[in-house]
Amino acid sequence: MTVASTVRVAASATIPKAQFDWRPVLLLAVIALAALPLIGSPSTWVTLTVAGLAMGMIIFIIASGLTLVFGLMDVLNFGHGVFIALGAFIATTVMGGMTVWAGDSGAAQLLAVFSAMLVAFAAAAALGWAFERVIVRPVYGMHLKQILITMGGMIIGEELIKVIWGPAQIPLPLPDVLRGSFLLGDAAVEKYRVLATAIGLVVFAALAFTLNRTKIGLLIRAGVQDREMVESLGYRIRRLFVGVFVAGSALAGLGGVLWGLYQQIVIPQIGAQVNVLLFIVIIIGGLGSTLGCFVGALLVGLMANYTGFLAPKVALFSNIGLMVAVLLWRPQGLYPVTNR
Amino acid sequence: MLIRLLSHDLPRSRWLAVALVLMVVALAFAPFLFPGSKALGAAAKMLVFVLLVASYDLLLGYTGIVSFAHTMFFGIGAYGVAIASTKLAPTFGAITLGVFVALCISLVLSLVIGLFSLRVKAIFYAMITLAVAAAFQTLASQLSDLTGGEDGLTFKNPSILSPSFEPFESPMLGATIDGKFITYYLLFAAVVVLFLALLRIVNSPFGRVLQAIRENDFRAEAIGYRTVVYRTLSNVIAALFATLAGALLALWLRYTGPDTTLSFEIMLDILLIVVIGGMGTLYGAVVGSVIFVFAQNYLQDLLKLGQGALDGVPVVGALVSPDRWLLWLGVLFVLAVYHFPSGIVGRLRAAIATGRLRT
Amino acid sequence: MSVAAQNLLELDGVHTHIGAYHILHGVSFSVREGEVTMLLGRNGAGKTTTLRTIMGLWQASRGDVRFKGQSLKGQATPDIAARGIAYVPESMGIFSDLTVQENLVLAARAAHHAGELDTQRLEWIFGLFPALQKFWLYPAGKLSGGQKQMLAVARAIVEPRALLLIDEPSKGLAPSIIGNLISAFNELKRQRTTILLVEQNFHMARSLGDAVAVMDNGAVVHTGSMRELADDEALQQRLLGLSLGVHQ
Repeated sequence: MTVASTVRVAASATIPKAQFDWRPVLLLAVIALAALPLIGSPSTWVTLTVAGLAMGMIIFIIASGLTLVFGLMDVLNFGHGVFIALGAFIATTVMGGMTVWAGDSGAAQLLAVFSAMLVAFAAAAALGWAFERVIVRPVYGMHLKQILITMGGMIIGEELIKVIWGPAQIPLPLPDVLRGSFLLGDAAVEKYRVLATAIGLVVFAALAFTLNRTKIGLLIRAGVQDREMVESLGYRIRRLFVGVFVAGSALAGLGGVLWGLYQQIVIPQIGAQVNVLLFIVIIIGGLGSTLGCFVGALLVGLMANYTGFLAPKVALFSNIGLMVAVLLWRPQGLYPVTNR
Repeated sequence: MLIRLLSHDLPRSRWLAVALVLMVVALAFAPFLFPGSKALGAAAKMLVFVLLVASYDLLLGYTGIVSFAHTMFFGIGAYGVAIASTKLAPTFGAITLGVFVALCISLVLSLVIGLFSLRVKAIFYAMITLAVAAAFQTLASQLSDLTGGEDGLTFKNPSILSPSFEPFESPMLGATIDGKFITYYLLFAAVVVLFLALLRIVNSPFGRVLQAIRENDFRAEAIGYRTVVYRTLSNVIAALFATLAGALLALWLRYTGPDTTLSFEIMLDILLIVVIGGMGTLYGAVVGSVIFVFAQNYLQDLLKLGQGALDGVPVVGALVSPDRWLLWLGVLFVLAVYHFPSGIVGRLRAAIATGRLRT
Repeated sequence: MSVAAQNLLELDGVHTHIGAYHILHGVSFSVREGEVTMLLGRNGAGKTTTLRTIMGLWQASRGDVRFKGQSLKGQATPDIAARGIAYVPESMGIFSDLTVQENLVLAARAAHHAGELDTQRLEWIFGLFPALQKFWLYPAGKLSGGQKQMLAVARAIVEPRALLLIDEPSKGLAPSIIGNLISAFNELKRQRTTILLVEQNFHMARSLGDAVAVMDNGAVVHTGSMRELADDEALQQRLLGLSLGVHQ
């Protein structure tokens, strides 16, 4: 009798599987729908919603690494922004270099974008490895020093970026193939935002698959809950942590490319600017939860775009307001990771 | 007598004592020793930072709390003076009112932040203060009617502090006695008094409880100290002193804007100074601030020499560019966090200890 | 009992400090292969600290811990576990967000997913703890206390291990569940699994234990066979002052 058939007996029993907690996702839908009457015009709503989702996706890509790293090893990297900046600046170099070669060909232009993402991913991964080794590893378990030293790492990183690329801002224009919008009836949906959303979904799917269907993912999820127990089961979780840190940094680099293209201009402080936003997102989502990070990022993206349209003065506080509101509802975040 | 003034918290190191004395004397006689507005400006900035960083040391070094909202209180103090001088009148009365209102606002804010956030883990607290400070900075730029928005507020000082006030036509002992001169000594006196007050606070029973909490908050709670109360108090005191530092800066500059007080760069500067100078020593704030402001203003000249020598060499040349001095400070900061967490002051004190052991 | 039974685990003058606190003061005893050794003593005697020191979760400041003759001192916890030692902590260490299935897959180092679990062994586990089969796909956090304890023990036996360290499995459990546990442990005993069991419930201890070590104030005050202790009322009285627990 195979394991499968042994447990088929179990599955057929009337014990329900874990109920998936739909409420935070519902919240997303509620906010989107609530905005519709406030905005008035459906076509504007579509544009804003797509913009919000795209922004949220990019933030998710960047923040996903941060939340896992914290959940797994209690390390909060205040210097996470440096990988974003690196990615954005690499994009300027790669795409700047390839513009002439790409010419008018849409396919070639897209290739330039994807090349930039690939190079940024690899470079950020390498920098992440070095960062973990030199900056983070010596201060495991010492929260105060961690905060200080990762900040220091960010200062150094930012200055080194200025050394390589200069202190001035560098424009990062969208290639022609990504300019403009699709028209859905009356609504204009920017092409670039659709691409960003698609990439975000791919990253989310890849993360979800890894976490839920592989043993490594199992180790990460268990480690987030109870690191000591995972070690007692015989796994060297510290090695895993380096891998997660590197992956998170690489994703931040990738996100940096997307963020740079979203802003169309790149400055050395680009990383530090996003820092606050990242922290809000991972607190809303629940530290250590990837799904929470996803929903939280989308919420933040939507809120920023809706309030930016409806009440621009309030827009900048909408994030903090959202964070306070969510914490009042669920003090540990949308999807709290138990055992914390 | 001096010992009592310093609340029995002596430098405990010959080198440190020498350095401190030199610095205090230099600052005390700056208008005479270093003529020129640039030098005096640097000296004034040193004074303000000594107070600002010392107040942060109370929070970080003595209580063990990392907060990124310190610049917010700094800004509140500065804006208090600025708004009072602009909206009311540039008189001492208005300024006092402005400072008083600023202190009240800081009191309430720090109390609220403390009570709500200090119950959570340090990392949460750090993140929340980061968000709050960012929000406040945005708020200051948005309320342009009140705060002058991005451009800030330029205002006049009361006549006695105004640069045009010149009781004596000719310079005395090399220094022009004008409003700036008087303002400088107002700053100096205020900073000395407030710094000594901080020394008193950290060396009091209250200060000792703070250190106990920093070392092991579980134990402190178990012994019977309500850590939340002490932490909140520390938060409030630090905020109030920072507010005063902001007020002093505004008086000196006769200008306040989001970038002079609220910017994240200033928060980073504070962190750099407190760690490199020496956390939990207060004297570290003095040594660190003086060295930092000096480097900020004059190291660039030194680096220019280096850059001149390496001109033409691509990346390396850029590494020693005077604009990149923050890079080296960052490296020093990281090294300080690892290897000498008690900063320069700690190192000097340790050197004396080992020196004695050797002889 | 084989005369040539080896000492699988030896503790030799182990001292453990946690911060400034000196918890273990020279703990010495041995666990013989194939036997169930009971570690007894009242709360605060240092039993949990001893287990944690063996697992490397806390490092011994002095003395040595030897497993199969090799020193475990200074080794990292994963390496110690990989030598074939399974640890069931007092808090059970269940991963609440993971399903029962996932908890077991994790505990089975050789398996990458449920399909790779040893079917025979799994059936045996289901036989001992039917609830685990019933709640196979359920998040472990939703199980009752007793069921979680069964899962914790199941994790320790999902693959063969040389030594099981189990900390107070009967704590807070209903008598019927305790009965379940006792039969499970008896089954393990029949299979000559070596177990070091910390237990406050003297009835359980008496029915399972071959050897016994009694701790008080961070040191071992008595070692010997369980039979000797069970037969000697006076000894029990003396050690009873250490509240070995009343017969349930």
